[in-house]
Amino acid sequence: MNFVVPDFYPAAAEIFVAVMALVIMLASTFARGVRWLGYALTQLTLIAAAFVTIFTMQGEVSYTFSNLFVSDLMGQFLKLVIYFSMAVALLYGRGYLADRNIDKPEYYLLALLMTLGMMVMVTANHMLPMYIGLEMMSLALYTMVAFDRDSGRSTEAAMKYFVLGALASGLLLYGMSMVYGATGSLEFTGIAQAVYNQAANQTVLLFGLVFLVAGIAFKLGVVPFHMWVPDVYQGAPTAVTLVIATAPKLAAFAMAIRLLVWGLFDLAAQWQTMLMLIAVASIVLGNLAAIAQQNIKRMLAYSGISHMGFVVLGLLAGVVDGDRHFALNAYSSAMFYAVAYVIMSLASFGMVILLSRAGFEAENIDDFKGLNKRSPWFALMMMFVMFSMAGIPFFIGFFAKLSVLQAVVAAGYFWLAVVAVIMSVIGAFYYLRVVKVMYFDAPEDTSEIRAPAELRVLLSANGLAIAALGVAPQMLMSLCAYALLASL
Amino acid sequence: MTDIPFLSLAIWVPILGGVLVLATGSDRNAPLARILAFAVAVAGFVVTIPLYTGFDTSSSAMQFVELQSWIPRFNINYHLGVDGISVLFLLLNAFITIMVVMAGWQVIQERVAQYMAAFLIMSGLMNGIFSALDGVLFYVFFEASLIPLYLVIGIWGGQNRVYAAIKFFLYTLLGSLLMLIALLYLFMQSGGSFSILDWHQLPLPMEPQVLIFLAFLIAFGVKVPMWPVHTWLPDAHVEAPTGGSVVLAAIALKLGAYGFLRFSIPIVPDAAHQLAPVVITLSLIAVIYIGFVALVQTDMKKLVAYSSISHMGFVTLGFFMFNQLGIEGAIVQMISHGFVSGAMFLCIGVLYDRVHSRQIADYGGVVHTMPKFAAFFMLFAMANSGLPATSGFVGEFMVVLGAVKFNFWVAFAAAVTLILGAAYTLWMYKRVVFGKVANSHVAELEDINAREFAFLAILALCVLAMGLYPFPFTEVMHASVDELLRHVAVSKL
Repeated sequence: MNFVVPDFYPAAAEIFVAVMALVIMLASTFARGVRWLGYALTQLTLIAAAFVTIFTMQGEVSYTFSNLFVSDLMGQFLKLVIYFSMAVALLYGRGYLADRNIDKPEYYLLALLMTLGMMVMVTANHMLPMYIGLEMMSLALYTMVAFDRDSGRSTEAAMKYFVLGALASGLLLYGMSMVYGATGSLEFTGIAQAVYNQAANQTVLLFGLVFLVAGIAFKLGVVPFHMWVPDVYQGAPTAVTLVIATAPKLAAFAMAIRLLVWGLFDLAAQWQTMLMLIAVASIVLGNLAAIAQQNIKRMLAYSGISHMGFVVLGLLAGVVDGDRHFALNAYSSAMFYAVAYVIMSLASFGMVILLSRAGFEAENIDDFKGLNKRSPWFALMMMFVMFSMAGIPFFIGFFAKLSVLQAVVAAGYFWLAVVAVIMSVIGAFYYLRVVKVMYFDAPEDTSEIRAPAELRVLLSANGLAIAALGVAPQMLMSLCAYALLASL
Repeated sequence: MTDIPFLSLAIWVPILGGVLVLATGSDRNAPLARILAFAVAVAGFVVTIPLYTGFDTSSSAMQFVELQSWIPRFNINYHLGVDGISVLFLLLNAFITIMVVMAGWQVIQERVAQYMAAFLIMSGLMNGIFSALDGVLFYVFFEASLIPLYLVIGIWGGQNRVYAAIKFFLYTLLGSLLMLIALLYLFMQSGGSFSILDWHQLPLPMEPQVLIFLAFLIAFGVKVPMWPVHTWLPDAHVEAPTGGSVVLAAIALKLGAYGFLRFSIPIVPDAAHQLAPVVITLSLIAVIYIGFVALVQTDMKKLVAYSSISHMGFVTLGFFMFNQLGIEGAIVQMISHGFVSGAMFLCIGVLYDRVHSRQIADYGGVVHTMPKFAAFFMLFAMANSGLPATSGFVGEFMVVLGAVKFNFWVAFAAAVTLILGAAYTLWMYKRVVFGKVANSHVAELEDINAREFAFLAILALCVLAMGLYPFPFTEVMHASVDELLRHVAVSKL
């Protein structure tokens, strides 16, 4: 047996981030006094990783590490969005963490390791790296949730997240083993081949599929695997909630594409039925439960559940009666929705951070009362975010909904579109309520908003981007379509 | 001449101007905000004038067309154009915006810049609705225009403003989202086109036609509003500040009616024919039943709100009789109602600013203290009840004539409105204006000032001019209505 040196080139970004994580670990050990070092190095790493990803980009799909690893445009595009959203999230969260005295270098190290985990997930072509990436991301996240170790609520949230997350990982692993048993392959292309040749035992395969879908649903945070979402969002420090609510959704989306579309496309009829139930349940429950919330983080958690329901809606519209030419349209609209959600979610939790300060957590919707009097500019930005999430034009959220609904209608699922639309109206209510407290109510807390300049600037840019991308969504839409085209 | 994109100007001058007004910031700069807003409103009106003067009345084609690719991924275009049906609404809209800015001049003392900006942006968005020829573009403007009105009602409204604002928003959102599904279906059926003009030519089987018609009926019916989905309107009107009520009555309600002419009738003509009896029945219920409801109102704004619903019932009635007189009469009625209801709300606003009550019972004998005002109010009340020589008469008369051709009993029922309209409007007028001076508030009233005189006088001129010589209005729409009727007569099955 001769040893072949694998081609490292397609994995340059992953290797770079892994090395930098080690560098930061060492640097923070030897330069404990320099508090900004961990943060600065992490941000630099994310920016540099973006450059590495762009410069090593290849037009065609290439495999390496004995086909464990795949480098394609979808993966690269998602990685770029992941770097971007992590960088923004860390920037938003920095002041918040400093106020609570938890901006330790380890925090940024964990964030970087989590990023690495997500990168491995989106580039996995095999069950093993998929699982490793997933665990790497999750373990880092569990720790980050518990990072404010003196806070009972954070610890409770971390515990909940960990136990349920471990359960979900177990389910996923069980599903993977069944699929392996049925197809004799762990590699997605091999699985697809086995399913296509009908060489697999259908019963075992379908059982495995159910568990895989459950694992994906947990990571996306959709019904019925959503129970952790509100509790963790509420309990975690807001800066961490911001991280949980953004980039991991993209990684979970990539996981769904790799496992379901790459691996089990021939079972689309089966998993689409499952996703249909999941999507409807998420959109209905997410929107209804959000109405009852007083805590804005909880409200955004339920709203996130319904948004992920929309992403799933896009995923299930790919194949109609064995006809596959809807696939690109459907999956790219789902991806566009996921990216749009990440942008909106960043801004929404960014606003919550903006209103928090040392010794005060802006957590309740009432903390937004009279924001228009305190700061008309940020009230405007928050209004953009809320209307965008409600799917009102001219904001990006509208075009996200439009493209998903378009895919659903094209697939002929009118009733699904009608359900989604009616629940959107119900959903609009709680977004409108936030606008209402900001604009129609008098402020209870009249203290000036004190926040670092970089947070103000970037949050403004984020809000404006939501409007600008709503006026000109073409670029992002076609990027999503183009990235997927090469990968399907 | 045609190189200048007047439609884009009509849309974007008020919107960008509104952003500029918003940038004046806090209330310290309120005088600047007011003047700037007025200038933008006037500029917004000026750019719409060439749309009328340069309009070719002999053609039914879309004019001033602008076509640019917007989102090629879904073949969505920035496609604008006006025909004889829509062009007048742009002018009306821009004109009403000036009135609204003037009316809010002194009354609004808080967050002036935001108030003015909201109306200017709304005006631009509504121009967009009237000139969009692309389904998604239409929808985008249609939805976006909800935001400023929601804020206007919620921020500057009365006691129960939050309830009214949210109710208004959710009602209209539900309707329009169902329409979105219909638009997506049409997109799919037409092989990937969002062009409204393509959809006009698209053959469709009966069953989808009926479903599409129902989706449009809900979307536009809520907006018009038709009975029984009208309940948001009285709430919104009562709680909105004067300017909000004026825009709501004069322009926003017309969006729904316009939608019927642009979407429902030409895109699904067979379903429109088949379901016309339903719409006519709903319209007649609105005309008669809501007329009676208006009669018993004790709140002036509510009364005018119900009268609006009743008048809009007349409009939808006119559309679905499918004859020239009916449709033209309905369009004339829409424009006239824009002037008259706007003026009525402005008059109530004038009283409200002084006494801070909308209750009819709190007034009486206003004529003794405000004679000039009483004269204007008289004219508008007469126009609202459809007196000949005012604009209110022309539209109603044409629709009734159209109805006689269609079916005598429909005409008979519709004509009841002439009696009811006179009854509720004039009875309200009598109780408010005539009689003895009711209380000390009324005794201390001051007559209208020059600013109020100006906007009431301009509106009075419009009402009279349109009543005495409606030809310039009907002339513009003639060719387009002709074409619409020819188009509708051909089955698409």
